[in-house]
Amino acid sequence: MSSPSPKSPEQSEKSRKYDRQLRLWGDHGQKLLEGSKICLINATALGTEILKSLVLPGIGAFTIVDGEKVTEEDVGCNFFLDETHIGMSRAQAATESLLELNRDVRGDYIDDFPDHVMLHTQDFFNNFNVIIATALPEKVLMPLSKQLWSANIPFLVCRSVGFLGYVRLQIKEHTVIETHPDNETPDLQLDRPWPSLMEHLEQVDVSNFGTKERSHVPALTILYHYLQQFKSENGGLLPKTHAEKDKLRNIIRNSLPSENDILEENYEQAVKFVNVCVNCTCVPNHIQKILDDELCINLTFESSPFWVMCAALREMVQSEGALPIRGSLPDMAADTASFISLQQLYMRQAHSQMESLYRRAVQISRSLGQSTDAITEAEAKLFCKHASELHVFRGKCIADEYQSNSPSASLHLEDPESLMFYYVILRGLESFIDEYNAYPGQYDDHVEPDVLKLKTLIGKLLTEWGCPTVAISDDRVHEVCRYGGAELHSVSAVLAGCTAHETIKLITHQFKPINNTFIYDAITSTSATFVL
Amino acid sequence: MSEHQGVSQKRWGHLRKVLERPGPFSHPDFEPSSEILDFIMTTCKLLVIGAGGLGCELLKDLALMGFKQIHVIDMDTIELSNLNRQFLFRQEDIGSSKAEVAASFINRKVKGCQVTPHFCKIQDYDETFYRQFHLVVCGLDSIVARRWINGMLISLLNYEDGTLDQTSIIPMIDGGTEGFKGHARVILPGVSACIDCTLDLYPPQITYPLCTIANTPRLPEHCIEYVKIIQWPKENPWGSLIDGDDPQHILWIYEKSLERSTQFNIVGVTYRLVQGVVKNIIPAVASTNAVIAAMCATEVFKLATSCCVPLNNYLVFNDVDGIYTYTFEAEKKENCLACSQIPQTLLIQDPEQMKLKNLLDVFCESAAYQMKNPGLTTYINGKNKTLYISTIKNIEEKTRENLTKTLLELGLQDGSEIMVADLTSPNVLSVRLKFASKNVDT
Ligand SMILES: [Zn+2]
Repeated sequence: MSSPSPKSPEQSEKSRKYDRQLRLWGDHGQKLLEGSKICLINATALGTEILKSLVLPGIGAFTIVDGEKVTEEDVGCNFFLDETHIGMSRAQAATESLLELNRDVRGDYIDDFPDHVMLHTQDFFNNFNVIIATALPEKVLMPLSKQLWSANIPFLVCRSVGFLGYVRLQIKEHTVIETHPDNETPDLQLDRPWPSLMEHLEQVDVSNFGTKERSHVPALTILYHYLQQFKSENGGLLPKTHAEKDKLRNIIRNSLPSENDILEENYEQAVKFVNVCVNCTCVPNHIQKILDDELCINLTFESSPFWVMCAALREMVQSEGALPIRGSLPDMAADTASFISLQQLYMRQAHSQMESLYRRAVQISRSLGQSTDAITEAEAKLFCKHASELHVFRGKCIADEYQSNSPSASLHLEDPESLMFYYVILRGLESFIDEYNAYPGQYDDHVEPDVLKLKTLIGKLLTEWGCPTVAISDDRVHEVCRYGGAELHSVSAVLAGCTAHETIKLITHQFKPINNTFIYDAITSTSATFVL
Repeated sequence: MSEHQGVSQKRWGHLRKVLERPGPFSHPDFEPSSEILDFIMTTCKLLVIGAGGLGCELLKDLALMGFKQIHVIDMDTIELSNLNRQFLFRQEDIGSSKAEVAASFINRKVKGCQVTPHFCKIQDYDETFYRQFHLVVCGLDSIVARRWINGMLISLLNYEDGTLDQTSIIPMIDGGTEGFKGHARVILPGVSACIDCTLDLYPPQITYPLCTIANTPRLPEHCIEYVKIIQWPKENPWGSLIDGDDPQHILWIYEKSLERSTQFNIVGVTYRLVQGVVKNIIPAVASTNAVIAAMCATEVFKLATSCCVPLNNYLVFNDVDGIYTYTFEAEKKENCLACSQIPQTLLIQDPEQMKLKNLLDVFCESAAYQMKNPGLTTYINGKNKTLYISTIKNIEEKTRENLTKTLLELGLQDGSEIMVADLTSPNVLSVRLKFASKNVDT
């Protein structure tokens, strides 16, 4: 019987606790999460629910900035505040409750309003990896948005009112290596086999095989064989059109003895591969755009490893004409040896291309005078493997949009069903709060007059945007006044889960974040995302 | 007004605004009044099934949406790997009942809320238990359990002269997550699409052909499956079945899988992968559970109060690339196994050749049935006859020989009725066999 092996890292208590999420963003994603510092402005129900979904997976630390005292209404919708907290600092009460969730996480609080904090400690908010604000008044949002924009610190702004809410992301630039696309097409590069692959594939003449031998051959080898036949019959060209691809599929199908009325599994797979795997290997547009980016071409001492590696990739693409190969193969019906030898060829090729990219990147980094460990091999490996899914996100400054007189919001107002109208109404609501220091409809006997006031403010906003003729449905304005600023826990919890995950995306540099405003309508259970 | 009421009036001010004021988007039946909050606080009785990732969130969400009469049922105990998302549990709760710990946490934290825990299987209760609830919310990871409760709620429906008695409907709100994906749906049993109507929305579990596992392994998963299916029963290192929660078992499978993969030059067998394959682990994270549970709770609130029109009837969520939701109306299947009133028929192509075990395969493998271990009985000449039941040992032994008999040899005829009992439903399904006619021209 086996003796207990030395404690492997996978069995540590921490990795057992975080097992279910490590399967999503890996140990490297978790490490970034554990090193992160998050700031929450205003411990509303929305705010504490966001932090809950960040404390549980194990961020490094959080700070809550909130000058409010806990009220009875807070207790009615915020799980982290109870009767015993009424009258206490909301920042303190929420911090204490949230810390109970995970002993690995540190947390502190500032019992003061964010504008005061900005005034006293100018760069206070620059000390975090992500700033999240809920229920932030416009007059604080404006300067904070500008400050974080110039400091290039990700800023998430959210609001939850009644059955409505939004999450907005402001970030100057954000780069992602692992976007985790849902379905990837295999990267086989059969149109440009490297010498050792070509040699391997040409050894196999599948057309001379008997049934048993034939069943051992991976689809890729079959495909390559008949692709050569197709090319030799078609002036050396790859099949491009649907008709040409059909022709190749028929060559594969008809290559089997006629008594086979059902195709063998590996032949079936070869036929399936025709559509996506015999295309000309080229650099996808979205990657070429990244390689032609200013930041990729004009590197400086300050350039991030991402851009240094992009520059190395650019050099490589210029000399090789293609992205480095991914190096992984989909499973194919075959005997073990045939499949594994093919898999190893792809792995070796990927490895040697990775080494070459890594060497180039280190060289570039050194020539920029960066420290010797600026580029790590592990990062270069990851970068190479995911070279076809790189993503660069460039956002907009919220303050610029608020102060613009032709914001992109106005472009989305043609469809009367568009959720953009709720954005406009919520912007009106923010003006209302600034002007009247209350939510529209906050007091029972003010609902009707507030509808008129809110409509006036929205009209003003639309006039400023140069679209005074756009009509906002009375029903929607009325609905927002019905809420009177009520925060419904379950609506906040939806928005909070979304915001927490966006935060995780920003910290781990995995998955694509929202671009840039997500609007949620719980009345109809629908949502939409707009670029504002 | 008493002082206590004054406090509660203020505390629930958020809910009162949407419940005591008219709204242009509310349900036609909605009449704003303070009685609605009274109803959800004192009368409305909810059942939450599952106290795991979704269940913990659901209990919190529902308690803060004003519901006080909540029951929660879960047969599981708390494990370390739950703590990254099941926020009502702490390190010191490991090993305790999820339902009990969750209930007492909510009752402590949300004053006035009365969560009643049930530390048992859903199958341990019958219709008298389920009938008491106004709504049922599911936070389950098992399709079998979803189908069972779906069948239970359908069995509670009353039809009078073929018309459904609306008061017998207990709405079921179902949530599910996997990684960054999830769904929330509203089911009005007998009225809208039920779980069985949409069985094809659930992907079948990945299985590998036995010959690949045994003879031509290519993936690390093939090596792990080999150890699990072939090597473990043969060597039987602890004289027991595999226990995925026993680290020694996992370690043994890991080492043997690694040995096998080395022998075949296969890369990628890791401890984490072994654990994932053996325990069929579904990745899970706090944020997705929070979103889906909250969407379900919002629908419960809408259904219970009519303050808004409920979701019609299916929402899918994915936040891998931005945040995406899609809402559509899943359609009721006319010949649904669970909710249709039409008798089921099963076409038998070749009654002379078809053996009972082939019939069992149809029930287990075809997309329409997806059963687990169906037990079959029938009537022959007015007498009850057991064809095969695998779940009761002595009956299994007595009926095993039937498996290799053809349907004709068993006395089954065109039009024979077969009663099928399975884990996927509390109800026995009656299926009429229809033998294909020999004459192809007609
Ligand atoms: Zn159905």
